Amino acid sequence: MKNIISKKVEIMQPSGIRAFFDLVLGMKDVISLGVGEPDFVTPWPIREAGIYSLEQGFTSYTSNKGLYKLRMEISRFLKKCHNLDYSPEDEILITVGVSEGVDLVLRSIINPGDKVLIPVPSYVSYGPVTELAGGVPVFIDTRKDGFKLTPESLKRHMDKRPKAIILNYPSNPTGVSYTKKELSEFNKILLKNKIICISDEVYADLTYDFEHTPFATLPGAKSNTVYLDGFSKSYAMTGWRVGFACGPKEIIAAMTKIHQYTIMCVPITSQMAACEALVTGRKSVEEMKREYRRRRELIVGGLNELGFVCSMPEGAFYAFPSLKKLGMKSMEFSRELLQKQKVAVVPGTAFGKDYDDYIRISYASSLENLKEALSRMRIFLKNR
Amino acid sequence: MDEILEVLEKDSRITPEEIAKMLRKKPAAIKEAIRRFEKEGVILKYKTVINRDILKQEEPTVRALIEVNITPQKDVGFDRISERIYSFPEVTSCYLISGTYDLLVVVEGRNLQAVSSFVAEKLSCLENVRGTTTHFLLKKYKEDGVILKHKEENKRINISY
Repeated sequence: MKNIISKKVEIMQPSGIRAFFDLVLGMKDVISLGVGEPDFVTPWPIREAGIYSLEQGFTSYTSNKGLYKLRMEISRFLKKCHNLDYSPEDEILITVGVSEGVDLVLRSIINPGDKVLIPVPSYVSYGPVTELAGGVPVFIDTRKDGFKLTPESLKRHMDKRPKAIILNYPSNPTGVSYTKKELSEFNKILLKNKIICISDEVYADLTYDFEHTPFATLPGAKSNTVYLDGFSKSYAMTGWRVGFACGPKEIIAAMTKIHQYTIMCVPITSQMAACEALVTGRKSVEEMKREYRRRRELIVGGLNELGFVCSMPEGAFYAFPSLKKLGMKSMEFSRELLQKQKVAVVPGTAFGKDYDDYIRISYASSLENLKEALSRMRIFLKNR
Repeated sequence: MDEILEVLEKDSRITPEEIAKMLRKKPAAIKEAIRRFEKEGVILKYKTVINRDILKQEEPTVRALIEVNITPQKDVGFDRISERIYSFPEVTSCYLISGTYDLLVVVEGRNLQAVSSFVAEKLSCLENVRGTTTHFLLKKYKEDGVILKHKEENKRINISY
């Protein structure tokens, strides 16, 4: 197979974590705290809308940008909830999840060698997708600031003349989020240095301790921001693959160009279900959020009692505890916990090689499972 | 609704200590709140939902929904006659409703005969009961928000980013 695979792909990190994932997937009766998606099934009215659309014969392509009705509903929703004005005509694009959105923005704005700031630990795709787009990821380590980007650390990276930054809040894998005040500080620096903000806010609805502030609502930020969100986490719709990108029309037009040749459009069934989610799904979102918040308290309290060091995440459904006090490294810990107690977690190294002292725990799992997982971890640590 | 109630309504076996952790409160405060809810009658009872269809060894019970027409009485309206009806142990639920009849009474018995004789010998002969229509229940799909057929589970894979 020599010389068949492109250099660009060949140098991509072949995620050392793959073997561990395969181990988990090959095992039965595992209690998993390693899942990056809600444990709820999509609420029935949304599923019903998908089924109904099929019965009605909606099985065709949609316009490249996505169903007008869905763009309209998103536009209305953003106006109502955040007083944000995005025109359904040319400032909103329906994407295959936020993942496609990130890829499209980067490919639309990056010239070879352009630098992209990525606060880490981060979601796994940002680095590789930046490289595929020809850019150079510049990672900002946030460990010593409690996994938070700070204005100071952001300023320190200005001399590298980055073209863009990928912000993700609430964050996967740390659950960290930012208040309006903190975001305003970032915004000033980004505007002054003409840096585009790619804001992945897919966990926005799961913010527990304060109100979520979309980056685009900050003074002057809208023309400088690509706002990415989707239906996966808020409405438990991961498998439907629907996200959306909102931004300045030049950027959305560029993204649409790539999207129309590579994807054509998001599946129509999913788009129709997403319309329903916006119309009737808000109540389930609030209920879900309260449930996650209760689980958060239980799991973070439990982890700290067990000797992990874990700060309280402000959003999403992840905790990112440190193993330092336990004196173990993430892969060793994860593998042994899986083999001895059948509890799955994600080793921190999945999110950057420097995070070997951490694991990611997802509390998108039922209370019974969380309680059982904690008690198994207690046994595991005692017998070690 | 108070979040303590929301938690208990989902799982009444959860301990005050666990609720305290989840809501970031003191266990004593949770215990006190629960005591108050119980005293005020907000919390009436702690129950277990049992799927009797699976209990093969047990004799199946028969359930019927009975529409009852009654004549209201001066001063007390429907209340006194309703009380006479719902006090029978055979009656598991009793509702005053609008429409073509007055009471919807749910009756449970060991078999068809037991329910029939309750209707014929007890219910219908009550003074002020003008007539009844009995519907025997054939199959239960969902009860009090619980789907009885299966537990719906998300079929997600065990690990993902």
